[in-house]
Amino acid sequence: MRAYRALISARFRMLLQYRAAAIGGIGTQLFFGLAMIMAYEAFYRSSSAAQPMSYRDIVTYVWLGQAFLAMLPWNVDTDLRALIRSGAVAYEMLRPMDLYWAWYCRALALRIAPTLLRAIPVVTLAMLFLGMHLPPTPASAAAWALGMLGSLFLGCAFTMLMNISLLWTISGEGITTLIPALVLVCSGMNIPLPLFPAWAQRILYWLPFRGLIDVPFRLYLGEIPPGEAGPLFLQQMAWTAALILAGRWLLSRGKRRLIVQGG
Amino acid sequence: MRDALYLYGRYISASVRGQMAYKASFIMLTLGHFVITGIEFITIIVLFARFGTLEGWSIAEVSVFYGLVAITFSLSDAAARGFDLFADMIKAGDFDRLLVRPRATALQLAGQELTLRRIGRFTQGLVVFLWGASQLHLAWNAARIALTLAAILGGACLFYGIIVLQATLAFWTTETLEIVNSVTYGGVQTTQYPLAIYRQEFQRFFTYVIPLACTCYFPIVAILGRPDPLGSPEWFRWVSPAVGVLFLVLSLQVWKVGVRHYTSTGS
Amino acid sequence: MSHVIVEDLVKTFRIAEREPGIWGALRGLAQRRFRTVRALDRVSFKLEPGELVGYIGPNGAGKSTTVKVLAGILVPDSGRCEVLGRVPWRERTTNVQQIGVVFGQRTQLWWDLPVGESFDLLRDIYRVPAADYRKKRDELIGLLTLEPLLDVPVRQLSLGQRMRCDLAAALLHSPAILYLDEPTIGLDAISKLAVRDFVRRLNRQEGVTVILTTHDMDDIEALCSRVLVISQGRILSDGSLAGLRAQVTTERRLIVDLVDEADWMEDPDAEVIRRDGRRLYLRFDPERIPAAQLIARLTSRYAIQDLYVENPPIEEIIARLYRGLPA
Repeated sequence: MRAYRALISARFRMLLQYRAAAIGGIGTQLFFGLAMIMAYEAFYRSSSAAQPMSYRDIVTYVWLGQAFLAMLPWNVDTDLRALIRSGAVAYEMLRPMDLYWAWYCRALALRIAPTLLRAIPVVTLAMLFLGMHLPPTPASAAAWALGMLGSLFLGCAFTMLMNISLLWTISGEGITTLIPALVLVCSGMNIPLPLFPAWAQRILYWLPFRGLIDVPFRLYLGEIPPGEAGPLFLQQMAWTAALILAGRWLLSRGKRRLIVQGG
Repeated sequence: MRDALYLYGRYISASVRGQMAYKASFIMLTLGHFVITGIEFITIIVLFARFGTLEGWSIAEVSVFYGLVAITFSLSDAAARGFDLFADMIKAGDFDRLLVRPRATALQLAGQELTLRRIGRFTQGLVVFLWGASQLHLAWNAARIALTLAAILGGACLFYGIIVLQATLAFWTTETLEIVNSVTYGGVQTTQYPLAIYRQEFQRFFTYVIPLACTCYFPIVAILGRPDPLGSPEWFRWVSPAVGVLFLVLSLQVWKVGVRHYTSTGS
Repeated sequence: MSHVIVEDLVKTFRIAEREPGIWGALRGLAQRRFRTVRALDRVSFKLEPGELVGYIGPNGAGKSTTVKVLAGILVPDSGRCEVLGRVPWRERTTNVQQIGVVFGQRTQLWWDLPVGESFDLLRDIYRVPAADYRKKRDELIGLLTLEPLLDVPVRQLSLGQRMRCDLAAALLHSPAILYLDEPTIGLDAISKLAVRDFVRRLNRQEGVTVILTTHDMDDIEALCSRVLVISQGRILSDGSLAGLRAQVTTERRLIVDLVDEADWMEDPDAEVIRRDGRRLYLRFDPERIPAAQLIARLTSRYAIQDLYVENPPIEEIIARLYRGLPA
């Protein structure tokens, strides 16, 4: 456990040292956020029909997305990828510890540092100047916090699948591009799910991806009332468990393959 | 100049051959790139399905914008990889290797790699562009084709110039300057919709600071053959891609300043 | 005309300081602190055509800085420098056309390409005429036995193989001057010998002027008639290897193998610096007592099986020079 605390603080320090990058990164998020909001603005202006989400809510939704971008399972762990490519992963596998949980905790640690570092300034600026609003009730805020926690565990389960798939070179490349693509579309990151056509929403609401963005963000907005959060949390947890099991199974197969092949 | 082009060609053929050595991986990566960049268009489809129109621009017209921007960016993204990776090169101290050769450093970096898998974005952009153009029943005469090619060339030069500028910053600071990504990727994200829909500040930024409008908006309006809500004169829309080329020329001058700084201060 | 003229070169660097810990990093966001390092402090020397010079010094002494200035990729703060009659940093491309550089730890070849294709690319970069290129290339391939390596991608080469290829690559355009930066680092004994033989031949038969920076004293002893020692930006010694020794100390070593391990040895004019079982290492000053006299005295008083007279190891000479110890 101490090792992961050290990892988080080392990550913090490293990110802080690159100060221009830190500031620049926030600038990039703000830019993207503004571009997206303006596009929505233009779309909303073009139609007088009633929409499932108000423009005001969309603005907050976009800023939430920019602030918590680091939470999405978008990338593989580059250190792990280097480890696997060089074959040094064999050493990891020989150690007397549960490899899945070790990597999982590492994924958790590596997600927390950059998220906080990005989220705090972006949310502050967005609330002060850029039209982001607070949750309508404390209950919504609490529901949002729990939803984000669930999203964290779910996201790490996805990241684990991507990392483990690297043990197979070619299909690994495929998985590590497919999952981010699905995540971007189906989680609600690119467009809030309520804006999809009805038939698409029916499918998307069952997929695991919505637990990453759609659930916590719409709880924040009060769009999903906090009372309805229960079954959604269960859905998050169920999918997280399923993905963890799948990941563990995949890892054991990968281990066997590596040992048989001799790395 | 011919000599430089010849060397560039030799560099590129070496890079392509190097990438072809990993065929299966290449196919996978290209498909992946196709999918990831194609997601943006799904967003556009969904939004148009819901709202029907974007301030008077139809989905077919927006497709032309989206497609051309994707094609343009993918070309420079593929060609400018050497500059893209330059920050790492400086950090590793490998720039000296280039300085020790009797050739312009910019030429050597330009020839470092032609990232073939960017063809994923290119293809996806081309498909969308052709679909949009066919929906609009655009008449392809010589003038329109020439303008399309000019817009692509000018736009590619402009994006290339931005990436060169981003690389040049690495001479002064070893930190990766993410903020420039807001101009390249942000620029792509923005200009995939007609610039006219954005607020004035954005329009002004992309016209006067980073003149993406000159390659990714005005000429496309002319290609579509429709009036310009921003009120630009007709002749300007035909000439504006040249701004992109000029931008690249200027960035290469800034690059030279960067090299001079490096040689006087060391790494 | 001297090939290389260096006069009173001065170069200082500013290095940013990083503070440890999270608070230090946060403070670093606001302001930065710098310290200045004098890498070259009035360095002067001249190289005549065809010289093979060793350039040695501790890490950070200014060796690579000097080479960078000579290559024209670094501009000094002040001082004069001419390579083949040109100011290197003012005419970078023309200067660089006439020199070859081998960086010991980094290759200049293309990682994913076969060696032969790297050579061909270099031909185009250096604009070597086709006939000259073919002749030179075949000659180098023969001398360094590169024939089996031509189709192998550089990433698959061993360190020794890569160094030989890098040497060839640096000479394809027939430069007049060659800078070798740690060429034997990490190589096995056979490869080291091969590299040394090649460099010696290159210098003696083709007259290529060579500057060799290295930490390996065997390289120096094998190749260099002249040695430049630099430390903290200053030239401490410039001359032959023998002269370098004499500059530091005239002392010599006597290694004695005793018949009986239990024996001890003592002498007013010699000091025992080390003992290894039956072998004793002694130090003496031939100006105080001639070697022959010392040997006669010791053999008459002790049971000695074997003995050798040696110069102190060159590493020790250099170390003393760096530390500024008197002779």
